[in-house]
Amino acid sequence: MQAHQLTKTFGDHRAVDGLDLDIRAGSIYGLLGPNGSGKTTTVRMLATLSAPDSGSARIFGHDVVADAHLVRQLIAVTGQYASVDERLSATENLVIFARLLGLTRAAARRRAAELLEEFDLTEAAGRALSTFSGGMRRRLDLAASLIVRPPLIFLDEPTTGLDPRNRTRMWAIIRRLVEQGSTVLLTTQYLEEADQLADRIMVIEQGRAIADDTPDQLKASVGRSVLILRPQDRAALDGVRQRAEALLGTRATISPEAGRVSVPLADPGTVTDLLNDLRRNGLRLSELSVQKPTLDEVFLTLTGHAAEPHDRTAHTTTQDSTP
Amino acid sequence: MTTTITPGLRRTPSPAQTLRNTLTMAYRGLLTIKRTPEQFLDVVAQPILFTILFTFLFGGAIAGDTTSYLTFLIPGILVQSIITAAVATGAGLREDMNSGVFDRFHTLPIARIAPLAGALLIDTLRYTITAITTFLAGLALGYRPDGGLSAMVGAALLVIGCAWALSWVFAFLGIISRTPEALQGIATFVLYPLTLLSGAFVPIDTMPDWLQTAAHLNPLTYLVSAARELLNTGVIGTDFVLSILAAMAIVIVFAPLSVRAYKRNT
Repeated sequence: MQAHQLTKTFGDHRAVDGLDLDIRAGSIYGLLGPNGSGKTTTVRMLATLSAPDSGSARIFGHDVVADAHLVRQLIAVTGQYASVDERLSATENLVIFARLLGLTRAAARRRAAELLEEFDLTEAAGRALSTFSGGMRRRLDLAASLIVRPPLIFLDEPTTGLDPRNRTRMWAIIRRLVEQGSTVLLTTQYLEEADQLADRIMVIEQGRAIADDTPDQLKASVGRSVLILRPQDRAALDGVRQRAEALLGTRATISPEAGRVSVPLADPGTVTDLLNDLRRNGLRLSELSVQKPTLDEVFLTLTGHAAEPHDRTAHTTTQDSTP
Repeated sequence: MTTTITPGLRRTPSPAQTLRNTLTMAYRGLLTIKRTPEQFLDVVAQPILFTILFTFLFGGAIAGDTTSYLTFLIPGILVQSIITAAVATGAGLREDMNSGVFDRFHTLPIARIAPLAGALLIDTLRYTITAITTFLAGLALGYRPDGGLSAMVGAALLVIGCAWALSWVFAFLGIISRTPEALQGIATFVLYPLTLLSGAFVPIDTMPDWLQTAAHLNPLTYLVSAARELLNTGVIGTDFVLSILAAMAIVIVFAPLSVRAYKRNT
């Protein structure tokens, strides 16, 4: 799959702004970005649901606009928008999609039963969808995409809103798809998810690619985990900061309202020294944790806004409010 | 362009596939009705309710007795019920388009027109059931049309055909309106005066002149008269032909409009 300078504008808002994509067959490609970064718009264009304003995309050599019907025979889409019929049961949904895909009545029934079995939904087969849990809904959404094994599968935020157990389960399903020979384009807001699944990750922000790399390279560029220290006494905040900077050699920041100090961790081995040092200086801690780089850090590093508010909670708010 | 077509793939759906997809979409409509039978209530309950209500409410006042009023009323109820049912086409279409399942349909290699065509097909079935219910309600109350069974079939076909034409208008309104409720609002606002002014329930010649003029400009008037003439005298008259012409005109204008709006909006 290749896309060249894909662009989509809504009003004066450039939702997707000149995106180039190159996805190798048989791999999982992760499109990583916050809400409103253009992930869904990109998938919708690639999946023939909306036409790009400019630029082009080809799937297995077929243009997504000129040969939309052809492309649709090669793809499957699962996302919040491309879902199932609320008013029908799980079996009825799958049978209808199977019939639309050209299966005979008997074959459609058989395939629906197989998929329900495979996705652990057999017991809920005849139930109204309104009784389905979030995890069950996602599994049914995905099952509906896999009636015929399409060579390219778009998964738009397949795990957003799922609990950890269901998320892990979904990941296993996605891995299995690729083992069976499909190519997957996955969008996600979670760095961890992209890291776990994707062979290559594109980070997008405001419709623009700000990185396109392997997960390892990407994390290396973001750098380190962050050590969070919360002193028992708020008055000790500054003291803790000074010691941390002295011993870890990186710039620490204080978030007074949270009563804690954050300090990037260049070498985890040095933490012991810092802890010993703090005790010697009588700076007692009430809490200690290590935070792995999050999507926020990826953005901050990649967009170069890293020098802005250093408070980690503030980062989160800043990111969320980004249109 | 150097596009190579992978073997086994089609550039466009074949006519046979279009038909198959449409039938599957209609089957989906049937399943939906089975799942939410209350949705179907208006199709069955409304003609019965209005037939009984109007017969006993207006029968004495307008025609002197209920049996002679039935002769006048049943063609009117037939038109009113089926036209009201046509609104559901647009509302249902909008509801579907607002739900996630429509986008899924559009990522499948199916004929793009199938969801719309399937909906229109299933509506024809709804109209048929409404027509049968209306006649049964009338017959139960003592309605005996002079035209006989063949006239009843003919009148039903005429009204179903015109309603089908009109459902293109509602399909169009459904596609361009934002919510099913919005469409329902517009439809009620338009259909109420149109039905009341069509001579479906009261003779037009009792109205003041200006209202009679309005009634004669109302296309539903011709449809009601055509159905009435056919049912009560067995004659296919000018109104019948005019109704069919009007229906054809509606389809010629609104079918392309709907299809275009539909393709643009989906």
